[in-house]
Amino acid sequence: MTISQTSFGSHEPVLEIKDLTVKYRGDTRSTTAVDHVSFSIGTGEIFGLAGESGCGKSTIANAIMRLLRDPAEIAGGSIRFGGKDVLAMGTEELRRFRWQDVAMVFQSAMNSLNPVMTIGDQIVDIYTTHAGYTRKESLRRAAELLELVRIDPARLKSYPHQLSGGMRQRAVIAMAVALKPSLLILDEPTTALDVVVQQEIMAQIKELQRELGFSVLFITHDMSLMVELSHRMAVMYGGRIVETAKAKDIHAAPLHPYTQALMGAFPPLTGPRVPLTGLADGVKFSNIADLQEVSPGHFVSPLPVLQGAQP
Amino acid sequence: MSTPVSARPAPAPATAPNAQGQTRSGAPALEVKGLVKDFSSGGLFSRASVRALGGVDLAIRKGEIVALVGESGSGKSTLARCIARLEKPTAGRILLNGTDVLKRDRFQASREYRSQLQMVFQDPFGSLNPVHRIEHFLTRSLTLQGKAGTPEQLRSRLDELMTTVGLTSDMLNSYPHELSGGQRQRVAIARALAVEPEVILADEPTSMLDVSVRIGILNLMRQLRDKQGISMLYITHDLASARYLADRIAVMFAGELVEEGESLDLLANPAHPYTRLLVSAVPDPARTGSYNPHERAALRAAVMESASCAFDGDAEQRCSATEPVRHRVGDPANEHWVRCHLYRPPATAASHALSAEPLESGPPTTQEASPTDGSRTENKASA
Repeated sequence: MTISQTSFGSHEPVLEIKDLTVKYRGDTRSTTAVDHVSFSIGTGEIFGLAGESGCGKSTIANAIMRLLRDPAEIAGGSIRFGGKDVLAMGTEELRRFRWQDVAMVFQSAMNSLNPVMTIGDQIVDIYTTHAGYTRKESLRRAAELLELVRIDPARLKSYPHQLSGGMRQRAVIAMAVALKPSLLILDEPTTALDVVVQQEIMAQIKELQRELGFSVLFITHDMSLMVELSHRMAVMYGGRIVETAKAKDIHAAPLHPYTQALMGAFPPLTGPRVPLTGLADGVKFSNIADLQEVSPGHFVSPLPVLQGAQP
Repeated sequence: MSTPVSARPAPAPATAPNAQGQTRSGAPALEVKGLVKDFSSGGLFSRASVRALGGVDLAIRKGEIVALVGESGSGKSTLARCIARLEKPTAGRILLNGTDVLKRDRFQASREYRSQLQMVFQDPFGSLNPVHRIEHFLTRSLTLQGKAGTPEQLRSRLDELMTTVGLTSDMLNSYPHELSGGQRQRVAIARALAVEPEVILADEPTSMLDVSVRIGILNLMRQLRDKQGISMLYITHDLASARYLADRIAVMFAGELVEEGESLDLLANPAHPYTRLLVSAVPDPARTGSYNPHERAALRAAVMESASCAFDGDAEQRCSATEPVRHRVGDPANEHWVRCHLYRPPATAASHALSAEPLESGPPTTQEASPTDGSRTENKASA
């Protein structure tokens, strides 16, 4: 019995991260990329992780998948998936855990398709390797899978370069959900795509999520997109979570100045043109304190009294 | 344009209010007329070609920022590359201050042209040579254009440039890798400013930057327009930033402009289905209701198979299926026009992003949605 079967349908959190600390060790100094981060994702929940490049959000995703390599090192904390300790998994267990329990779509995932294999062969590979189906059965399922993301099954015979960027990204998402994982990690899944295609892919992910019931860890820097899609979200800065709450609450009333800066970085499409300031070059927050609950479910890192940096 | 250093307007603090209209005047700084660009496709002896630009007319007035929006593959970067003389246009004219630069410098851009028009590229990580200090990039621009002067003049000009773009002079000694993305893009802008250009082409200058510093770059560009009267063509796919920065927005689809107008008016009352498609796709948490696949299929169908035009039957603004007629939308003060939707570009038109995507939701939804499509077009146009 795989972990996904045991955890599916329960109200237990699918993923529970506690005090996770990841360090990148150098010869002379080491950097803490993720610093005592805790959050959990419930069954069927879409959890957003927002922040800029270098804030540690992708490091967290890689830590969950146990993909971190030297010089990165998980220095502390725990990652529990369906009650199981991910950090203690052995090689074989890890192999099953990846893709079967947790699947990940990377930012430029559409470029991660093998250019010399047809889309069909690549999907068949997943089924024959991870699920042990025959080739014929795998092909049938591959066709179903493409239909799920609204790609003509005739495209099974296409090579990646014959598909548009949006179609390739959809094919990758289809591959990620092929084994019905209980958690899907999306690391900036639409950054390389046009807005129209982006919206359609996000709608598709939402639809798949409703249909298959998996949980989503959604990583992006686009706050508008995140608020639209996520149930709950956390904002990261410098390896720390500075604010976490329901997405709608954060959108309505961002409390941390960094969250406010991120929100202010997206000019509105309606209303008068108001000068925005964003975050000035070189403004830094340091010594981010632990989160405190300010209203039910809304946690914010308290600020030192004198911040001054905020517009 | 060989103004002495002292005659330049002093860089002002970033907090100045937007002094719109201060420098903008009627005469176009840059004008593009009937610009066509064909790329040959197929083998060496093949005569097949793809039309990337099909007769673009666009004018940018002095001290005005025009945003060019559209999806990837719509031809907006090709237009910029043609204007920058990195590509040779197949036909058409490019007028800078009324001079046809394609006639003046026939084969490639002259140094004079480069001193009038500069570019800022998308990737500040790729556009700065990593082995040189920041000082080198700016000094080289100045030397090439013969504007370096004495060492003292050069030094004060460098300091002034750095201040203008919001950097400190001590960064002149830094290497690109020591700067953040936003700072590097500021250096790229300073390099463009060094030659005192009249027009800057900015091709997605913020799309590679962290979100929180993007606004800073947009504010800098706005400030350059307001303080120095520099005209800009801002190429982007981000409608929200186009609305924030630009005076006018031009929408490009399949290598042709389909709609253009004052920014706020254009996004509030988009008249072309393609513009409406773009506007509807922008993530907006404040929007009521969510993505509707039926509506999307109808919009796509309206874009791809132009069957009706909202101005059909309007005696003052005749429709035409053979010529790209421009219909005026709303108040003339907004200079808002939309291309007649009955017009179908010739079959050689560019293969664009939309046609590469399948029409999403199969035949049933398309049929279901298409009867309502015409009425929706009219509703939007009259609203």
